[in-house]
Amino acid sequence: MSIRLKKSVWLCVLLLSLCSNSVVARINVFACEPEWAALTRTLGGNAVEVYSATTAQQDPHHIQARPSLIARVRRADLLVCTGAELELGWLPLLLRKSGNGNIQPNAQGHFMAADHITLLEKPAVLDRSLGDIHAAGNPHFHFDPYRILQIARALTTRLTKIDPANSDLYQKNGMDFSQKWNQAIQKWEQEFKALQGKRIVVSHNNWVYLEQWLGLKRVATLEPKPGIPPTSAHLSKMLARLKQNPADMILYANYQNDKSARWLSQKTGIPVIGLPFSVSEKESLMQWFERFLNQLLSAGS
Amino acid sequence: MHKTILMAAIAATLFNSTLVLAEREEIKVKSEQTNTSYASSTASSAFNPAISLILDGRYARFGNDPAEYELPGFALGPESGLGEKGFSVGHTELILSANVDDKFYGQMTLALAEHEGATEVELEEAFIQTLGLGNGLTIKGGRFFSEMGYLNKQHAHNWDFTDAPLIYRGLFGNQLIDDGLQLSWIAPTNTFLQLGAEILGGSRYPAGGKTNGIGAWTAFADIGGDIGIEHSWQLGLSHWQANHIEGRESGGHHGHGDGAAETPSFSGDSKINAIDFVYKWAPNGNPKNRNFKLQFEYFDRKEDGTVTMLNSGPPVETTRYDGHQKGWYVQTTYKFKPQWQASLRYGQLDSNNTASDAGVFGEAGLDNEGHTPKRISAALDWLPSEFSRVRLQYNRDDSYEKTDNQLFLQYTMSLGSHGAHQF
Repeated sequence: MSIRLKKSVWLCVLLLSLCSNSVVARINVFACEPEWAALTRTLGGNAVEVYSATTAQQDPHHIQARPSLIARVRRADLLVCTGAELELGWLPLLLRKSGNGNIQPNAQGHFMAADHITLLEKPAVLDRSLGDIHAAGNPHFHFDPYRILQIARALTTRLTKIDPANSDLYQKNGMDFSQKWNQAIQKWEQEFKALQGKRIVVSHNNWVYLEQWLGLKRVATLEPKPGIPPTSAHLSKMLARLKQNPADMILYANYQNDKSARWLSQKTGIPVIGLPFSVSEKESLMQWFERFLNQLLSAGS
Repeated sequence: MHKTILMAAIAATLFNSTLVLAEREEIKVKSEQTNTSYASSTASSAFNPAISLILDGRYARFGNDPAEYELPGFALGPESGLGEKGFSVGHTELILSANVDDKFYGQMTLALAEHEGATEVELEEAFIQTLGLGNGLTIKGGRFFSEMGYLNKQHAHNWDFTDAPLIYRGLFGNQLIDDGLQLSWIAPTNTFLQLGAEILGGSRYPAGGKTNGIGAWTAFADIGGDIGIEHSWQLGLSHWQANHIEGRESGGHHGHGDGAAETPSFSGDSKINAIDFVYKWAPNGNPKNRNFKLQFEYFDRKEDGTVTMLNSGPPVETTRYDGHQKGWYVQTTYKFKPQWQASLRYGQLDSNNTASDAGVFGEAGLDNEGHTPKRISAALDWLPSEFSRVRLQYNRDDSYEKTDNQLFLQYTMSLGSHGAHQF
C-alpha cells in the first residue's frame, strides 16, 4: 500500500514538473552567427533561449560539425542562420545528424535570413578558379541596416508562427525594434556622413553591404581571389599601386589573419583597422553597429 | 536509361554551368520584382543532386617489393596490400547525394580503381537515411561505412595520411563497409551523447560468408563536447560481432609459392571491441588558420573457430584456431598555416593466436613469428584551397621482419559540390 502511495506521489511530482516545465518552456533557438543570436534575443525576449553556434572571432565559412553543435541542433525549435551557402560546409551535416524534424529545410523552424532579402554580387560565372565564391551572392549582408530591418520583420512573423502563445510579445518587440532601428539609421547616416567616399583596401571581400550603405570606395582586395590567402607577389603589386594611388584605410575582419594587412599598412602608412565582424557576447545589434561605425570614423579622420 | 541520366547530370554540372546560370538569372529577375528572394539556401547546393568527383593520383616508392607485404599474426583481407609502385591513380570517386524528399536523404559513392590492369567499379556506399525523424532518431539503410571506430566512417580522401592505420589494414582490409540497417539516437542533452546499433548482412570482409539473416552487428556509443571555444573532444566505444562466419578467405604467409595458391579460410565467431578518442584545438575556434588534432584508436579482436587451407591436400589441411589480435595508433595533425599541414602517426599491432596445427597456423600467416608489426609515418600537406591537396608522406614500415622505407607523393582534388566539414 505504502509503496503504491509512494509511486503515485512520484507520478504526481513528475506530471507536475512536466506541466510546470511546459508553462515556462522557452523556444530553443540555434543561431548560426552571433548577429542572428542578438537579433533573436531582442525580438524574443524572455520567451526564447538562444544559442549561438559561432562567435565574432570565428570564420562562419569554416566551422566543423562538432559534437556540441549536433547536440544543440538536436534540441532546437528554431534555426536562425544566414543561408546563401555561408554555412554550406557544416549546417547540412548538422541537420542530417540531428534527428530533429522541426528545423529541416521547409519546416517552420528553418529560418534563413538570405531567403528574405536580395543579395549583392551574384556571380555571373561559377568557376572555382575564381576562388571560393557563393553562387547565391555575397552572404555578409548583416552590415546593411536596411536588410536587417527586413530580416527582423520576417523573423518576428516566424516567431509568432512557431510560438503563437507569445505572439503578442513578439509583435510588440518587433515594432519596438523597427522603430528604434529606423531612428538609429537616420542618426548614423548623419553622424557618419564623413565616411562617404572614403577609399578602402579590404582583406576579404566581405564588406560589400557596408560599402554600399556608407558610400565607401573599395580600391583593392588583399586576397587575390575569395578565400585564397594573398601571395607576396600580389602584395607587392598592391603596394606599388597604393603608393601611386593611396587609400584612406585598410580593413580586415577580426577573425582573419592580419599579417598582410599590417605589412601593407607599415609600408604605406595607411591606417589599418580590424573590425569586429559580428556582435560580441552580451552586446545588442545596435551597440555593435555603434561600435564599428565609431571605429571606422576614428580611423578615417 | 539510368546511366544516361547520370551522364547528363554530370555533364550539366561539371561542364555546362551556363545552363544553371540561365535559370538563376530568371530567378533573380523574379525575386527583384517581388522583393523576396530565392529558394531555401541551406540545401547543399543549387544542383540536385549534389555531385562531386574526387581525383586521386600518386607516386609511390617502396624499398621492398610490395608483393611481399605481410602482417605476421594477421591474415590479410582483400584490398589490404600496399598498392601500386611508381605512378598510379588511386580511387577515383564519384559521389552523388541529395535530400530525396522531406523524409529521406540519399547518397551514393562509386569508386573506380585499377586492379591488375583492369578498371574496376566498386559501389562503396549506397544508402538512404531518414531526415528529421524526431526525438534525435535516425535510421540509415543500404550500404554504408560502419560507425565502428572513428576513422572508419570517413572517406579515404579525407584521411590525414595516404594509407589506413595498420590496425585498420589488419582487421578490416582498410575499412569496414557492409549492407544493413543502422539506428542511432542523440540524447537531448547539451553534451553530445550518441547511442546506436547496426545489423549487417555480414557477407563482406571481415565477416565474409553468406548468411540468411544477420551476419554481423555492431553497437556504438559516443560522447563529446567543447571545452571553452578552442577545444573540442569526442570519446567513442564500439563493438562488432559476427557469429558463425563461414569461409572468410584471406591472404596467407608468403614463401610457399609452388602450385596453386593455398588460401586460408576462417570459419567461426569473431568479435571486436574498440575505443577511440579525438581532441581538437583551434585558436579562437577558427580551424581555418591554425588547428591541431590528436587522434587515438585501439582495437581488440577475439576469434574462435577453424582455419582451413583451400586448394591444399588431399587431405585438406585444417586447424582449430583461437585468435587474439590487437592494435592501436595515435596520430597528430598540425595545420600551422592556412595552406600547410604536418602530420605524424605511430601504429603498432600485437597478436596472441593459438592453433592445434602449427603447420597450418604458420602457413595462414597467423603466427606472429615473434614480431611486433609497427609503422611510423610523417606527412606534409599543401592545401591550396578547400578543394585541393598535395601530400608528401614517408613511412618507416616494420610490418614484417624486413624494414621498408616508403615514400608517397599524392594529390587529392575534389570537383563539384562543396564537401562537409566533418568532426
